[in-house]
Amino acid sequence: MKQQKEYGVQVHAYGRAWMLAALAVMLLVPISMCVWFGVWPNVLDVLAGLLGVAPIYWVVCSIEVFTYAPMLGSGGTYLAFVTGNITNLKAPAAINAMEAAKVKPGSEEGEVISTIAIATTSIVTTLILGAGVLLFAQLAPVLESPVLQPAFKMILPALFGGLGVVYIAKNWKLAVAPLVCMIALFIAVPSLASSVSVLVPVGALIAIGAARLLYKKGLV
Amino acid sequence: MDFKNSGFMYLLGVLVGLFVIAQSVYFLVKAVRRSRQLGIEGSVIKRTVASSAVFAILPSVSILLGLITLSKTLGLPLPWIRLSVLGAVTYELPAATVALNALGESISAPVSGTLAFNTVAWVMTLGCITPLIIIPLFLKKIQGGVHSLRKKDSHWGDLFLTAMFLGMISAFLGMGISDGLLSVLTLLTSAAIMAVCGVFVKVKKVKWLENFALPFSMLGAMALSILYANLLPAELLPAGLWS
Repeated sequence: MKQQKEYGVQVHAYGRAWMLAALAVMLLVPISMCVWFGVWPNVLDVLAGLLGVAPIYWVVCSIEVFTYAPMLGSGGTYLAFVTGNITNLKAPAAINAMEAAKVKPGSEEGEVISTIAIATTSIVTTLILGAGVLLFAQLAPVLESPVLQPAFKMILPALFGGLGVVYIAKNWKLAVAPLVCMIALFIAVPSLASSVSVLVPVGALIAIGAARLLYKKGLV
Repeated sequence: MDFKNSGFMYLLGVLVGLFVIAQSVYFLVKAVRRSRQLGIEGSVIKRTVASSAVFAILPSVSILLGLITLSKTLGLPLPWIRLSVLGAVTYELPAATVALNALGESISAPVSGTLAFNTVAWVMTLGCITPLIIIPLFLKKIQGGVHSLRKKDSHWGDLFLTAMFLGMISAFLGMGISDGLLSVLTLLTSAAIMAVCGVFVKVKKVKWLENFALPFSMLGAMALSILYANLLPAELLPAGLWS
């Protein structure tokens, strides 16, 4: 129990330290570019650019934090939100790893397995990106070949089809309501596909509401 | 060599990459140590690492493709940096497009000079910075809420978290199902391969497959999506699929 508390305290202490270090690293990149090239951008130009993305992405990023943090655990969240690519890589990797290791999300075992999965995927992605930069001339024509484009454009259905079947088969009662609502919503408004991140918490709220009803009725 | 692909930019890329690896290794070591204290078997940890590493390959190659796309406008190092820290192609591409448009330039042509280049770098950085501020402030409270929920009623706590996962999965499945026949076929193929893997694991007791079923399903479905795209009539395929 004492060890558990210590780990819980520690993870937030070093997690915050790494997060602040990441913030510094992120800001130091454009700062050092401005110093090195001797050119600072016009603040109004930066604001004009930000106006096009920040209102949406600041909201989406904030929602993502509150949606994914309970699933990924503390260590996983501190790491995943520094390395990025959460919906298409980190969260599925964590879910898949917890499922395979038969540990529950939210438990300390789940927290540890989720962190290990996210750390491993972060290392692999960084190495692949590094290798891609080194071997750019050789890899670019292959990866950009039109023959392969359907495969890369279908990566999310390929990922969530496999992940979904496991989770839905195991929890079909909980899955029906969010699945039906989301399918109906996307069929009714296909343009929502571009803002799927915003709909993740909507799906989560529907699923939680339905789960609460089923739980109260003793059906799950 | 031009400013976009200068040695200085590559140096920044290497430093950022090293930072990400250092943080990942640090968290990995801490979690592995804690797993030993919790009595989680070493074989479970090894399988988690191996399956996560294999799983990460395809999405990482897809991220690399995003890097190649952005490199035409911004050179290699800046997209490399941005996709390494809090990056996602779904964000970086629109951010770069909007920043360049604000300067009267286009994402389809190489950035004109260091002024535009630095402006784009600032917009890409500041546009997605919120998690680095929110998480240190709120994560402890969020996790405290999750722990007290599980402590109060562990069954409901488990259902709550499972429902959150299902909400996320439902959103992506809903998007996939409504995105045309190719997407539906790919999704169903992945689900079918996963189900077949499940049969092998449960009935034939092929235990090792359990950890690699998801990467296999993804790879199989992605490979077959190429076949489907070649067989389906062009009018049923998404616009710009081959480019």
